Amino acid sequence: MNAMLLPTRKDEAWRYADLDALARVWPVAAPEQIIVASGQAETRYLIQSAADGAVAIHQLAITLEAGSRLDFHVLNAGGAYGRVSLDVTLKDGAHFELGGVILGTGEQVLEIVTTVTHAEPNATSNQVVRSVLGGHATGSYLGKVAVARDAQKTDASQSVKAMLLDRTATANAKPELEIYADDVKCAHGATVGELDKAALFYLASRGLPPAEAKQLLLQAFVAGVFEGAEAQEALTSAALVKLGAMV
Amino acid sequence: MLQINNLHAMVGGTEILKGLTLSLNPGEIHAIMGPNGAGKSTLSYVLGGRPGYDVTDGSVTFNGTDLLDMPPHERAAAGLFLGFQYPVEIPGVSNVQFLREALNAQRKARGEEPLSGGEFLKLARAQADAMGMDMDMLKRPVNVGFSGGEKKRNEMVQMGILDPSLAILDETDSGLDIDALRVVGEGINRIMRKPDKAVLLITHYQRLLDYVKPDFVHVLADGRIVRSGGAELAHELEREGYRELAA
Repeated sequence: MNAMLLPTRKDEAWRYADLDALARVWPVAAPEQIIVASGQAETRYLIQSAADGAVAIHQLAITLEAGSRLDFHVLNAGGAYGRVSLDVTLKDGAHFELGGVILGTGEQVLEIVTTVTHAEPNATSNQVVRSVLGGHATGSYLGKVAVARDAQKTDASQSVKAMLLDRTATANAKPELEIYADDVKCAHGATVGELDKAALFYLASRGLPPAEAKQLLLQAFVAGVFEGAEAQEALTSAALVKLGAMV
Repeated sequence: MLQINNLHAMVGGTEILKGLTLSLNPGEIHAIMGPNGAGKSTLSYVLGGRPGYDVTDGSVTFNGTDLLDMPPHERAAAGLFLGFQYPVEIPGVSNVQFLREALNAQRKARGEEPLSGGEFLKLARAQADAMGMDMDMLKRPVNVGFSGGEKKRNEMVQMGILDPSLAILDETDSGLDIDALRVVGEGINRIMRKPDKAVLLITHYQRLLDYVKPDFVHVLADGRIVRSGGAELAHELEREGYRELAA
C-alpha cells in the first residue's frame, strides 16, 4: 500500500475509522519507533485527550528484543477522531502488556488497533481493553495476534469489554488470530454490555444519586486496567474527569 | 411515620399489590408474613422505589411527605433503608468507598457536613465490630464472594452506618444459619429498637421473630393484608400454616 494514499474501509485496520476526519490530517507522520533492548523492561503511557473536534493519530512501531518487556498503558478519550495503533514485534521470551481504556461520548470515534507479532518462541503478550461509550460514539478495538511458524510456546491473551451507556453508541471488538506454530496458547474474550440495573438500584437505595452511582460503577469497570501503571494516577484521574462528564 | 393506603402495584403487567393498607408509628416493629407470591418482596421494592414496579393506585407517605414521588436516593436521604433479600454483588467497588460516598450523599441532601475519611472509618469499624465482621471484609468489593450469611451481616453493617429512621427488611433471615440469625436479630434490635425508629420486617418464617419481637404481625395474602395481630399471631401461623388464616 502506498503510504501516501488515504486508507479506505476495505483496509481491515481502518474499517471503523472516521475517514473524513483522517483526511484532514493526511498524510500522517511515520510511526514512532520504540525498541526495548534485550533483557530490559520499560513502561510507557499515552493520554490521548485532544481538544474537542481535533484529530489525533498516534502510531507506534515497537520491537521487543529477546527477554525484554514493555508495559504500555493508554487512555484514548479526546478529539473527534482518536486512533492509537501499535505494531509490536516480540523476540524470544519477550513480554508485551497493554492496558487500554477508551472513553467516548457525543460523536467521537476512538480506536485502539494492535498487531502483535510473536516472531520468535517463548514470547508472551497480554492485552486488556475496556471501553465506555455514550451518545453516538464509536469505540473500536482491532487486535491481531500473529504467531510465526517457529514461535512455539507463544502465550497471547486478549480481553476486551465494552459498556454502552446509550443504545445509540457503538462498540466494535475484533480479536484476530493468525497462527503458524502448533504449540501455542492464544486466548481471547470480548463482551459488550450495559450498566447493571440491579447494582444501580442497590447503590441508589443507599443514597447515591444516579450520576454518582453510574460513575462509581464505571470507575470500577475501568479501574483495574491502570493498576500498577507507571502513571497510574495521571491516567486514572484523566479517566475520572472524562467519566464525570459522561454520566 | 409510614402510612400505606390502598396501595395497588403492578410488575410486568401483572397486579401484585391489590389494595394494601398499613400504618407504622415511631417505636414500632411490624412483621409482615405470608406465603410465596403474596407480594412481600414487591411491597419492599415499591417502598424502595425500584424501577419496573408501577404503583397504579393508592398512596404512601413517609413523615408526611409523598414517598412515591421521590427517587430511591432521596428516600434513603429521608431516612428509609431497604434491606435486600438478595444483596447485589458489585465487583470493583469497595464497601467502604461506596458506603462513605453514600453516607456523605445522604448528609449533603440533608444539609449536613460530610464525614472525613477518618471519621467515617471510625464509624464503619464500630459497626463492623458490632456485627462481628472483619474490617478487611469491609474493604473488599461489595458482597463479592460473600456467603449468604456474610451478605446479610453486611446489610446490617450498612444499616448501622447509615442509621435510618425506617428500615424495610426483606427476608433478612433467608439463608442464615442459627448463629448468624441471632447476630442479625441482635443487630436489628441494637440499631432500630428505638423510640424514634420503626421497622417493617418481611419474613416467611417465624424464627427471626424469636430474636426480634414484633409489636404487630400482619398476614399478607394475594396483595392485601388479610389479618393483623400481636406477636402471638406469628406462632399461630407457624402452627396452622397460611392457608387457614388467609382463607
